Amino acid sequence: MWNRRQGRLRPAGCGVEELRRRRREREAALRKARREQQLVSKRLLREDALEETGGGGVATILGEAEIQQFLQLAQRGTEEKEREKALVSLRRGLQHPETQQTFIRLEGSMRTLVGLLTSNQALLQLEAARCLHELSHSEQPAVAEACLPATSYLLTYLSGHSSDFIELCLYTLGNLIVESEAVRRQLLPQGIIPALAACIQSPHMAVLEALGYALSQLLQAREAPEKIIPSVLGSTLPQHMLQLLQPGPKLSPGVAVEFAWCLHYIICSQVNNVLLITHGALSTLELLLLDLAGAVQRTEDAGLELLACPVLRGLSNLLTEAAAEDVGGQMQFGDERVVAALFILLQFFLRKQSSLLPEGLWLLNNLTANSPSFCTSLLSLDLIEPLLQLLPVSNVVGVLVLTVLCNVAEKGPAYCQQLWPGPLLHSLLDILAFSDIEVVDQSLELLQLLFLYRPEAAQAFLQQSGLQALEKREAAQLQDRVRALQEIVLHE
Amino acid sequence: MQLPPALRARLVGGPGAAEPLPVVRDPAAGRAPFRFVARKVRFPREHEFFEDGDVQRHLYLQDVLTQVAEEPQRSRVPEFTCQVAGCCQVFDTLEGYEHHYHTRHRHACSFCKRAFPSAHLLDTHILEWHDALFQILSERQDMVSVPQSPPRQRLRPAQGWVLHGGGQSWVQPVGLRLVEYQCLVEGCTEKFKTSSARKDHMVRLHLYPADFWFDKPRKSRGLATPGPCVPLSAEALGGGGEQSEGDAMEVCAAEDVAIPWGAPSESRAVAARMEKRTYSRRIPSTICFGQGAARGFKSTKKRDQRL
Repeated sequence: MWNRRQGRLRPAGCGVEELRRRRREREAALRKARREQQLVSKRLLREDALEETGGGGVATILGEAEIQQFLQLAQRGTEEKEREKALVSLRRGLQHPETQQTFIRLEGSMRTLVGLLTSNQALLQLEAARCLHELSHSEQPAVAEACLPATSYLLTYLSGHSSDFIELCLYTLGNLIVESEAVRRQLLPQGIIPALAACIQSPHMAVLEALGYALSQLLQAREAPEKIIPSVLGSTLPQHMLQLLQPGPKLSPGVAVEFAWCLHYIICSQVNNVLLITHGALSTLELLLLDLAGAVQRTEDAGLELLACPVLRGLSNLLTEAAAEDVGGQMQFGDERVVAALFILLQFFLRKQSSLLPEGLWLLNNLTANSPSFCTSLLSLDLIEPLLQLLPVSNVVGVLVLTVLCNVAEKGPAYCQQLWPGPLLHSLLDILAFSDIEVVDQSLELLQLLFLYRPEAAQAFLQQSGLQALEKREAAQLQDRVRALQEIVLHE
Repeated sequence: MQLPPALRARLVGGPGAAEPLPVVRDPAAGRAPFRFVARKVRFPREHEFFEDGDVQRHLYLQDVLTQVAEEPQRSRVPEFTCQVAGCCQVFDTLEGYEHHYHTRHRHACSFCKRAFPSAHLLDTHILEWHDALFQILSERQDMVSVPQSPPRQRLRPAQGWVLHGGGQSWVQPVGLRLVEYQCLVEGCTEKFKTSSARKDHMVRLHLYPADFWFDKPRKSRGLATPGPCVPLSAEALGGGGEQSEGDAMEVCAAEDVAIPWGAPSESRAVAARMEKRTYSRRIPSTICFGQGAARGFKSTKKRDQRL
């Protein structure tokens, strides 16, 4: 997967700066869409087809007569090569929105295309599927909806064996799924979930990746928690997904990425996480976490953040389930390797994708909040100082770091003894002097716990001009606690 | 961010937990004006906390999908022919051959050469088209009035009929054979007494097209015999469908629905109404409606099963 995707074709004549600019634009567009809850949207799925000239063909606008001619030739031509070529020409034309419009308005065109889809001339079938795929990409609802007559066939073909063809059917279905709730309302009674459950047993990685993609789009739909996820949970899909996520030599990164996202969408919808835990989701995810950290250590980490993100999210959210505490396994017993793995990943994120630091720290919070064992691990593995090094990254990160430290400190004197003497106090003084209000807010909580369980730290604070630092913070929301701290310190 | 050197070693070491330090809490901790409570946090789907990661995910998807649309480059090999008897297709890529084989030969009916996308559809086809016992029994089954819902029944069931499907229908078991038309949709286990009932189910419940290519009913009573395929004009098919000489796919007209003759009037009339409502049809002149016009197996005695 990585090879095929990483080596993507670049549009001709595009310099590095241009690419960066485009990427920033795409990112901004996606951010906006997410805020409007429109992230599952066709418009964003593919860059403007006209810009991409990969494959050597240029999208041409075809008129009605030409389309008709190609269709007739494809359907009734005598020479096989001729028929194929006709469909290839049609497909190239269909990359253009205008051709798409003309096509769907032409009577009988879709019917002919669906007929060609059921041909047992394999290459015709494949080309017809490619034409359909082009149409399914369209941003215009009328075009994509015109593809609906084909869905029963696309689903039927999922239980076939031709991997290229199935892959194409799956990506086409994925595009149609994104189209609208009306489309999904047709696909569900047509049996898309049983069809996917059968298809997921395919041994072909490309098919599995495509399946994961289609499923992830289905699970991301707005109505998924009520209308889709219950059926998915009732099928054999979860077991197969977890199987495909098992670390080991057979783990395909591209496949794992898709199913990890599927798992995340299911988990964060909170439909029936207990069922997932019974199927072993917790243990699979934690093994995957260890595996990811191992990959970072071996520097086989190209694109690893794409997989790490949903794994962290899945784990974090599952940990909040009551059932997670009952299940045995490494998490419950505070396996130190989990903490070690997480910190290796945090270091990786800092280097590669700092926007994932909050998510990693969120997991650390959920691990340490109610676990004396994990809190002890943080201390015994000497991880406090590395944690402090993350403080300046951003306010969100700073608050999370301090929250984790509070989790440790609130467990009592034995824990605070390990927190001071040490670099912690100095960091807190720095925060009081320089940081923004949200970060200071959390630091005040930590100071209270530290002074309560380790009075000597209050002494040191006093000696290092802590009081003056406190006085400088005048924000209204902090005053109660600033004063309380001042009192505590002065009474030591 | 500097990690302690021992950490890497710890990762590859065996599982093991630290002996937890003793927890001793003071009630003053987190007391007002302080408010810290250690707790796990859960984020729902749409929370803005997930924004960054979601954006990265979709950037990745955009890249993937742009590539999917392109034709994959396949390595070429010297030309070779399909090895299946009677097939002279030529290939220059292995993937091309694989696709051809799966499409044309893998699930091909040995009786009539039609090809199907899956083993399930092929098996259903063989049962419904080429199985002698199935044919005879399905005709026989229609002879006797079989109400769909117990317990009220206007006719006493013929000898040997038993309740099936949780008491929903009557069937005549022959050994363990029940004549049932299975729903063709993957994952649906519903079964029906007639192919038209099955089609109705697929159209209404599963929103399948009425002319679904893999659910052509048999044209007439009797075993479907292998023979030359009849090319049909596009008009008969309504402008669609792939037809050519020698093609092994369906040959009967798209809208033709066979009504099993000899069926008792009520169920036939119902079937006729359904089809009239939903599909156009041609009734072969051999069909006649009305009570008592049944030809063929009139006897309600259990037929000799050794065929």
